[in-house]
Amino acid sequence: MGRKILFITTDQQRYDALGCNGGTIARTPTIDALAARGVTFDRAHPQNVVCMPSRSTMLTGQHVATHGVWMNGVPLPADAPSIAADLRRAGYSTALIGKAHFEPLLDPFLRFTENRLGVDRVNTDDPLDPHRGFDHMELATHGAAGQLHYSTWLRDHHAEHAFSYYPVLDGELQVNAAGGGDTGAPQVKVNPIPREWYHTEWVADRTIAWLNALPEDRDWFCWMSFPDPHHPWDPPANELHRVNWRDVDLPDGYIADRDKRERVLDDKLRHWRGWYDGTFVSNYEAPAKWVPATITDDQVREVNAFTHVENELIDEAIARVLGTITDRGWSNDLDVLYTTDHGEFQGDFGLLFKGPYHVDALMRLPLIWSPAPSAGVTPARVQAPVGLVSLAATFADIAGLPRPTYTEAPRLPVSDAEARTLGHERVLTEWDSVLFGKIVRLRTICRDNWVCTAALDGTMNRRGEGELYDLANDPLQRNNLWDDANHQAIRDDLLADLWANLPTTAMPLRTVDAPV
Amino acid sequence: MGSVRRHAIITCSAAEVWTLVGAPERLHEWFPTTETRVEGSTRWVTLASGITFEEQIVTLDHDLRRFQYRILNNPIVTEHLGTVDVIEDGPDRCIVVYSTNMEPEVLALPIAGAAGIGLERLAERFGRSM
Repeated sequence: MGRKILFITTDQQRYDALGCNGGTIARTPTIDALAARGVTFDRAHPQNVVCMPSRSTMLTGQHVATHGVWMNGVPLPADAPSIAADLRRAGYSTALIGKAHFEPLLDPFLRFTENRLGVDRVNTDDPLDPHRGFDHMELATHGAAGQLHYSTWLRDHHAEHAFSYYPVLDGELQVNAAGGGDTGAPQVKVNPIPREWYHTEWVADRTIAWLNALPEDRDWFCWMSFPDPHHPWDPPANELHRVNWRDVDLPDGYIADRDKRERVLDDKLRHWRGWYDGTFVSNYEAPAKWVPATITDDQVREVNAFTHVENELIDEAIARVLGTITDRGWSNDLDVLYTTDHGEFQGDFGLLFKGPYHVDALMRLPLIWSPAPSAGVTPARVQAPVGLVSLAATFADIAGLPRPTYTEAPRLPVSDAEARTLGHERVLTEWDSVLFGKIVRLRTICRDNWVCTAALDGTMNRRGEGELYDLANDPLQRNNLWDDANHQAIRDDLLADLWANLPTTAMPLRTVDAPV
Repeated sequence: MGSVRRHAIITCSAAEVWTLVGAPERLHEWFPTTETRVEGSTRWVTLASGITFEEQIVTLDHDLRRFQYRILNNPIVTEHLGTVDVIEDGPDRCIVVYSTNMEPEVLALPIAGAAGIGLERLAERFGRSM
């Protein structure tokens, strides 16, 4: 028997969400324990800060320029490389349970397999050649709308809660800006659904069911993908007692003084202030009708409190799954990898949600690799910059497979020394959004504790403009050094490194077939 | 207003391609829909998800080879105009252009995606430009 792989992802979770990364509110003892006995990465970045491109990078081991899912709404081709398919060919049983999102969710023509599986009430389109190499797909997203398995299950078994969740879209199919909770914060709702029927519990339940159906001697790869803590922020009402929003301190990244906040925003690329003022909505990932400049301190507190509740529920769900794995006798050969697809502002700079903003709120991610005890890896914290682009090669390595030729990054290191050996010097992130004439294009490198973002020509920014942050001396990224005369040398060196290492964008760009 | 456009270059005469594209009741033969019904100037189009759109045929110009339609009586769609043009580009080559303007604007994107599939099917059926 070989090593089993439990790949756990959350959606839109910050690095500092976890106790092991300095988080002080949500209690995450299960994830913290994985970190304590494994490798914790302190500078892990996604290759894009929204779901579909980032998840496509996880599966393919490729940068966005190569796999071509350059914004949400661009489907990953069905024949794209898939590490799950490689593992399956090597004899692994494979599953993806929870949120997939390699294909658009808004799919009235029912073009995409992810959506068809739920409608057809099946877990595979072809047992002999399953979609993207997953023997078993059982899918969910944020809430109970749509055609995915969780929505179908909830309507079948608990129809009274089919509308308990916050309605993600409004009547005009825009991301809903309606406020809720005590503070009127956007995308917040007190959700009457009982915890046991909430999607976090369902993902864990379905993972446990799949694991329990496997023969004892089977090697397996299970991607357990929680939709939370992505907005809407609507955890079960009976769990809200865990964190009283009135007791939550404002986050370090939130600038309560409006004048100071706006000066910081004005120092960044122009699309930041455009979004803050509600004059330039470049992408579909935040409510177009919500103006960030209207945010209040209490709204930030409430969004954070609901997020912490969701993170605690995730931690406890993981504990249940790990308990099942222990009961099955697999623990000694189990590798667990934990991460998320991108971050969340959660109040930083007076903003919520996400978009073309390459700062730690969205780019610095939790990433933990707890190798199988049988592998004898020494616990460590790794400071070297790594990307989610390394996950596919890591899964292959765990399974004893050579690095797939389609991958564009080496496997994750188990120490800073090994990071140097493997060539983890820099991590790259791309952004492109073109939505009804509003264009933002960014290219970013993180290296040596610097983050450097170059704008390409777009609606508000021009090539030659950008942002440069010194992470060591400005961890909150409030001081843009792009035009600072004393930092031209490091800026130009980082840019040269960025252009030398970024893959050439595959052309023509794939079409956008949905908003998300 | 969401405005989208897709096109395909097809190595076949515009007249032959128009025999299909210019027949509103045959939409399901090339567009990713499951059922089409036409009565007078009204068309009903059913999608795989079970959604049915009621449409008004605005233009069916066999000389210009232009078809235009509007989605009507829909609780979500407040404005819509879809246009399909088959443009002659020599005796054995044509360009098929599908464009849509609509509110809510985001719904234009999945319609554009479906149009992309429809145009691909036309190219497979009538001839693809190399």
